[in-house]
Amino acid sequence: MRRRWIAPSAVVWLLVAAAFFLIPLIALLLFSLKSIQTGKCCSGAAYSYVIDDPQFLDTIRLSFQLSLETIAISLLLFVPTVYWVHLKLPRFRPVLGFIALVPFVVPPIVLVVGLLDLYKGAPEWFYAKPYGFLAAAYVILAFPYMFFALDAGFRSIDVHTLTEASQSLGASWLTTLVRVILPNIRVAALGGSFLTLAIVMGEFTMASLSAFRTFPTYIQLVNESQPYAAAALSLLSFLIVWVAMLALLFVGRGRPRPAQLAATR
Amino acid sequence: MHQPYLDQYWLTIKISLITAGAGCVLGLAIAYAVIREGTPRFLRTILTTFSGVAANFAGIPLAFAFIATLGTIGIVTTFMRDHLGFDPYAHGFNLFTQTGVELTYMYFQIPLMILVIAPAIDGLRQEWREAASNLGASSWQFWRHVGIPVLLPSILGAFILLFGNSFSAYATAYGLAGNGVFLIPITIGFYYSGNVLSDPHLAQALAFGMFVVLAVMMLLYIPLQRRSARWMR
Amino acid sequence: MAYLELQELRRAFGPVVALDGINVSMERGEFLSLLGPSGCGKTTALRLVAGFDRPDGGSILIDGKDLTRVSPSRRDMGMVFQAYSLFPNMTAEQNVEFGLRIRKNRRAARRKRVGELLELVGLGHAGKRYPHQLSGGMQQRVALARALAIEPRVLLLDEPLSALDAKVRVQLREEIRRIQTQLGITTLYVTHDQEEALSVSDHVAVMWSGRIEQIGTPSEMYSAPATPFVAEFIGTMNRLEAVVLDGESGEVEHAGTRLTVDAARGRSRGERVLVLVRPELLELEPSTNGVGGDNNLTGEVSTHTFLGSVTRLKILGREAELIADLPTARVDSLPVGLPVVAHVPVTGTRLLSLSEGPASDGLDPGDR
Repeated sequence: MRRRWIAPSAVVWLLVAAAFFLIPLIALLLFSLKSIQTGKCCSGAAYSYVIDDPQFLDTIRLSFQLSLETIAISLLLFVPTVYWVHLKLPRFRPVLGFIALVPFVVPPIVLVVGLLDLYKGAPEWFYAKPYGFLAAAYVILAFPYMFFALDAGFRSIDVHTLTEASQSLGASWLTTLVRVILPNIRVAALGGSFLTLAIVMGEFTMASLSAFRTFPTYIQLVNESQPYAAAALSLLSFLIVWVAMLALLFVGRGRPRPAQLAATR
Repeated sequence: MHQPYLDQYWLTIKISLITAGAGCVLGLAIAYAVIREGTPRFLRTILTTFSGVAANFAGIPLAFAFIATLGTIGIVTTFMRDHLGFDPYAHGFNLFTQTGVELTYMYFQIPLMILVIAPAIDGLRQEWREAASNLGASSWQFWRHVGIPVLLPSILGAFILLFGNSFSAYATAYGLAGNGVFLIPITIGFYYSGNVLSDPHLAQALAFGMFVVLAVMMLLYIPLQRRSARWMR
Repeated sequence: MAYLELQELRRAFGPVVALDGINVSMERGEFLSLLGPSGCGKTTALRLVAGFDRPDGGSILIDGKDLTRVSPSRRDMGMVFQAYSLFPNMTAEQNVEFGLRIRKNRRAARRKRVGELLELVGLGHAGKRYPHQLSGGMQQRVALARALAIEPRVLLLDEPLSALDAKVRVQLREEIRRIQTQLGITTLYVTHDQEEALSVSDHVAVMWSGRIEQIGTPSEMYSAPATPFVAEFIGTMNRLEAVVLDGESGEVEHAGTRLTVDAARGRSRGERVLVLVRPELLELEPSTNGVGGDNNLTGEVSTHTFLGSVTRLKILGREAELIADLPTARVDSLPVGLPVVAHVPVTGTRLLSLSEGPASDGLDPGDR
């Protein structure tokens, strides 16, 4: 049925969804606008507190840097891997898919506990800054989403034909990968990257357990002292990530392939 | 295994089953509503990007949002009290209990379901709907004989994913209930980095128990994946 | 008495008019093809008949009853889609049985009917297979059986053979026709393949840009096309642009050569026309054998295309390229590069007016 208009049942469901998803955000907004004195609307005090606090920018910057690092490492590791599997080892794909699910389903708690054990012998610098240990952990955490996004992207192009055409024209493997394959999976890679961004910007468990000062841990800190400011922060974090996601639409152009999964709990 | 831990495992499993089930049903309905013919395309994009964010919004901020909504002085609570004359807390509802946790978990379970099931719904060819209708089937008959059976492997796979997701959740419950609701992940964190009772070995043992539960779920997932791939040719 | 009637059917998608008021009238048991290029509106028309879309204007009648507002599940029509319409979670048998289950027929009766139909389409042995285990041709046969199972009043086919191999296509279209004749079921068939339409239909309706250019029997469409478009679309035609010199004798001028054709009789002087000559009617002689002569066009052989028993020669004339079909045996005496003379027969050609207005020759398109 090529309907011309939206089905009535669809309208109902979408309204229910809108209500359920938007009301808590609105609650956050209202809460964040409460003034400390009167306990009622409306004051921008929470927001100015947040913005004036140097830790706000510091922690956002840290989290953002961590995201970029995680994205870069993930892409460098996984794009060639998934490409190779699609090209030469198709039978291995379901195995890889299974492996991809493990970090997803394993709780961050267990992951942290396990990783800390694993890295016991690692050098000092690996532990000292979050860039070492935490980034490694985040790459593992983001692996499922990266994998499923990239996998969907590779499935939608004809890898064999593209590769063979490129090679018959004299290109090396690296050239093929960078100039032929990469542009064709750009949208999928972007999708995976933005999900990774969302994950890292929102990841609390591992960061707090390993005592690093990321954005989400900062939110928790503020929560303990300034509830209204914490509300403002939470809302800001949501909006920041949503804007980043929408940026995908413009940068990626064409239909984004959101066949990816989501992350933390 | 000591009794209180068994209780916690059981509680965590229960909550996970409930949120996974509800997430599946509601996520499927919403995803279908936005993907089906007739619904404007931009709505799907909005919902998908929103789901990408919402599914990761879990944690302290989410707990906060729900406290601001349904907590003792949350906006919905006060709205119901002042304008509808109905006080949910007087009727036994409490955000900081199992029910509250479940409700809050839905905020990331439903979007996760939407993201996971959307490709499967895309795979539901329009021709099947039309052919069924042409042969005399009503909408409900189509779903019963064709739609749901074809989607079933994907739905079951999604259920397992949602279960795992809920089972492992830590930050949200922590933010909501602190030590009020006894979930295994929280207990593990408690023992691992706890201030009073630090017992890393116990934490590791409990973590292993979680791992076992999840491994079982994963093993159930594999044959389901294979099935759904076969039909979606 | 017309069984299935489309009256002034209109459908527009925004600014694009897919159907511009078409009229079709079918007898019971008739096989009619809607033929035309992509975008001509034929599939739109079929979907309107099936009920998957609502027309912006006009009506659809079966046996006198207006169906325009009836939902597709109540129209009692069987539809075969282009591809992918079998339910993947059911075996072939279960697919065929589906319509009967909905109608709550008894199990024994259903089984019997399913068996009969699968036999009818030649798949008695493959009943327990799933769609992904069947070839494209077999899938379409199952789709056909499924549509016929409910004993529909009308059978609708939407380019059912487009997705299949050439050989399977020919085989299957003959079977579809055989079954249709055997069951006497009124059938509306949509295709872009003119050979397909001409070979199996009782009547063909050529469509273009949302309108019906002409409806007629296959031979009528072939030998007496009513508009330039139909002439172009059906079969191959030599199209000679000419100006009428004398309406009494039927003399016209094309590319500086005077030709006499019967079909030009009754035309007014100065009228611009199109002379249509079928390739098999064009006679060729090497031009050394007697220069000139009446009704001859000169040119040079440019290509030979081997088509089996017939070889198609292209001749580069003064103004246009000519096509002549000759028995392969004769073709050796007319090699490429040879100057030849093509004789245009006085009778057996058609003429179409090139001026504005409806098509000529007393055959109005769209009506019967």
